[in-house]
Amino acid sequence: MGPPVVPDFQIVPTRGLPIVGAAVVALVVAIAGDWKWALDFFHVVGGGMWTGIDLFVGFIVGPILAKLSIQARVEFSTRFMPKMLLLMPTLVTWTLAAGWQLARKLGNLNAGYGRHGWLVASYIVVGVMAVIALGLLEPANLAVLFELKKPQPNPEIIARLMKRFIYTAGITGAMQVATLIIMTRIAT
Amino acid sequence: MSDAALVTEHKVPPVTERKLPPVTELAITTIALTVVGGIYMASHLPKHFSLAFPIADVAVCGALVAANLVMLARVKPFAWRTFFLVGKWALAAYAVISGMLVYTFARDHTPAGPMTVLALMLVIWAVDIPLLLAFTVARYATP
Repeated sequence: MGPPVVPDFQIVPTRGLPIVGAAVVALVVAIAGDWKWALDFFHVVGGGMWTGIDLFVGFIVGPILAKLSIQARVEFSTRFMPKMLLLMPTLVTWTLAAGWQLARKLGNLNAGYGRHGWLVASYIVVGVMAVIALGLLEPANLAVLFELKKPQPNPEIIARLMKRFIYTAGITGAMQVATLIIMTRIAT
Repeated sequence: MSDAALVTEHKVPPVTERKLPPVTELAITTIALTVVGGIYMASHLPKHFSLAFPIADVAVCGALVAANLVMLARVKPFAWRTFFLVGKWALAAYAVISGMLVYTFARDHTPAGPMTVLALMLVIWAVDIPLLLAFTVARYATP
């Protein structure tokens, strides 16, 4: 099997960095001002997008990707993965930082809070997802992009790393179902 | 010089066949342990609680990161240029994320003891994840 033809791409899309910077600054302003609406906005919007993207990638995009040829995976990945590299950490930071601050403001962090157990369950789910995402998914994502930047990418390495990406995306997608259950329990 | 020529010259097996120390496994274990410590502390805050477990957790995580760095430093040859290229940018990104979390805890007037342990956890986090990212990329690069 010959090496795949790789379109030109940037590993980190520099045009997106100012948007990420603005998103982080907005979050800092919301936390500094203890602004309830903004904290709610960042937590709900960030969490909704994070959950939705994880489910979509894990159960829709991943299985489709697994059936594509290496060439098709390369073309998709060079357009998709650099965007994910900026988008997902930003959404996760929004969700967790704003969520923590919101829970503190509403008194949900106290052990006396009626649904404290659900809150701890959410920490555990997020913790497991963090280990999978940071330990397996993100390194695989980055390594695929670097492999694709080589003059002669190795199809074996790409296939191995893409398999890891697809499986871990599926697992985090499944765990997001638990997040949905926990969050709706807390909000009800 | 082509990758194949470099591999031949340095007598290095192809990147997919190289035997490397368990950097990935140790780094993932460290992430998992920091997460466990973080969950333990987050589930007890803001009330007073014993710091014995989180301190032990941080000590183990620190030792794992140190052991990982030592093992990795002994790998020869290795694609250090690629490693440092990825590592420095990942370090910058995770320093910002960790800094934001420290800021949030400080903003919430977290007591000094838990705050110190949390900050140490975040320092370990900010070193361990870039180490893992840089290693995963560099292990497939030609030394």
